[in-house]
Amino acid sequence: MIIGILGIQGGFARHKDMLRSMGYNTIIVRTAEELKKTNALIIPGGESTTLLNLFDKLQLSEAIKDYNKKSPIMGTCAGLIVLSKKAELAQYSPLGLIDIEVSRNAYGRQKESFIYKVNLELNLKQIEFEAVFIRAPKIMKYGSECRVLSKFKNDVIMIQNDSVLACSFHPELTLDNTIHKYFIKNFT
Amino acid sequence: MIENKHYNLIKVGFAEQLKGGVIMDVTNAEQAKIAEDAGAVSVMALERIPADIRADGGIARMSNPKMIKEIQKTVSIPVMAKCRIGHFAEAQVLQSLGVDFIDESEVLTPADEANHIWKHEFKIPFVCGCRDLGEALRRIAEGAALIRTKGEAGSGNIVEAVRHMRMVQSALKKIMTMGNDELVSYARSIGSPLEIILNIKENGKLPVPNFAAGGIATPADASLMMQLGAESVFVGSGIFKSEDPEERAKAIVLATTHYDNPDMVAKASEGLRDAMKGLDIAKIPEEELLQTRGW
Repeated sequence: MIIGILGIQGGFARHKDMLRSMGYNTIIVRTAEELKKTNALIIPGGESTTLLNLFDKLQLSEAIKDYNKKSPIMGTCAGLIVLSKKAELAQYSPLGLIDIEVSRNAYGRQKESFIYKVNLELNLKQIEFEAVFIRAPKIMKYGSECRVLSKFKNDVIMIQNDSVLACSFHPELTLDNTIHKYFIKNFT
Repeated sequence: MIENKHYNLIKVGFAEQLKGGVIMDVTNAEQAKIAEDAGAVSVMALERIPADIRADGGIARMSNPKMIKEIQKTVSIPVMAKCRIGHFAEAQVLQSLGVDFIDESEVLTPADEANHIWKHEFKIPFVCGCRDLGEALRRIAEGAALIRTKGEAGSGNIVEAVRHMRMVQSALKKIMTMGNDELVSYARSIGSPLEIILNIKENGKLPVPNFAAGGIATPADASLMMQLGAESVFVGSGIFKSEDPEERAKAIVLATTHYDNPDMVAKASEGLRDAMKGLDIAKIPEEELLQTRGW
C-alpha cells in the first residue's frame, strides 16, 4: 500500500516522517499522475488559499474529486478547509468532499495558536490526544451523514464520513500516531 | 521563558506549514492582495523593498503599524514583518500587532552590534538570516523557529544565496560524517552550541526548516534554491521591481511547487517580461553589503 501526501505546499514533511516511522510507503503527490499511484491521500496543513489556487492551475480539483470516489482522504487543518463544502472568506471553492462548513483562522492569528489535550472517540473508545491548533479553522456546521470524533469545548474538531477524515489541528507534529493509525486501519 | 513544547509544536510547527511556498515582500495592501492572489503562502510587510532601501540609504526601521494593520485587514494569509537586529522593542510592537512571524532582518539597519534578540521570550515565532551553519545555529539557540539564507537582499543576484545555501548544506553533510569526539572542536570552530550539532547528527537534519532569501528574481532562481535544499523561498524585490509583478509572482509560486520538474519551470517562465535589473555583487561597496550585518 502506498500513501500519498499532497506536496503542493504545506506541512507534508512531518506527515511523511510520521508514516515512515509507522512503516508505510509514501510518495509526495504534486500531479494527477502521481495521485493515481496511491491508495490513500493526506492533504496536510498549509495555506488553504495557496492550495486551492494551485489545484485550479494544476487541474487537481477534478482529479482529487474522482480519486475520492474510490480512495480515502485525510485532511488536517488547511486540508480540512480544502475538503469542506463551504469555507468562509475563501476566494476559491473548496472540493466539497465532506459536508462541513468552516470558518478560516477562527481562533485568531499565530499569537493565538495553542495546544490542548482533547478526547477522541475512535471505534467506541475514548483516547486522549494532544492537539496542536495553528491558526486553526472552525467547523461551523456539518451534515447528518458526518460523524463527530472529537470536540474542543463546543467546537467540533475532528469529523468523518465514509471516505474522508478531517481534523482542524495538526496530528503530524507530535509523536502520537493514533490518528494516522485510525485513518489507515478504518479507511483503507 | 516560553516552554520548549510551545517552541517545538507551535513555532516550528507553524514554520513547517509554510514549506513548499513563496513568501513575498509587499509594501502596501494592494501589493499584498496581488501576492495572495498569486498563491503566496505569506507576505512580508515592509515600508520599502530591499532594492529601494539600498538605493535610498538612511536608516531602515520597522514598518509603520498602520501599514501592517492595513495589510492584515486585506489578506487572510499569514503576515510577517521585519524588526532590526537586536531591537527587541520593535519585536514587542510587532507581537502586539499580532504579526504571525517576525523576521529579525539584516535588511534593516541593526540596532545592536553585538547581540541578537533573545527570541525564546516571545510568543510568536522568528525567522533569521544566515550565511553559514554556525550563524544559523546561533540564531536557533536564541530561539529562531525558521532559518533562511541571507543572500544579498535587493541585488536581484542569486549568487550569494547559492553560496550561503551551499555553505549550510556542506556543513550539514560534514557533521553527518564526523564522530562525536570531532564534533566538540567542530562546534567551537563554527561558533555553534554543541547541543544543536549533536541533535543534527542524531536526526540527520536541521531542527528547524531552512528557506532561501536574497536575490531570487526568476522562476528558475526559485527552482535552483529548492534543488539546493531550500524548503521555501522568500522573494523580496524580485517581484515588485520586475515589469510584470502579477505574472511573475504566479510563475515563481508554480516553479517553487514544481521545482524538480523543468518542464513546469519552463512553462511558468514563458511569456514573462524583464526581471529586475540586478546588481553585480563585486560592484557593491563592502560597507553597503547587507549580508555582513548580524553576528
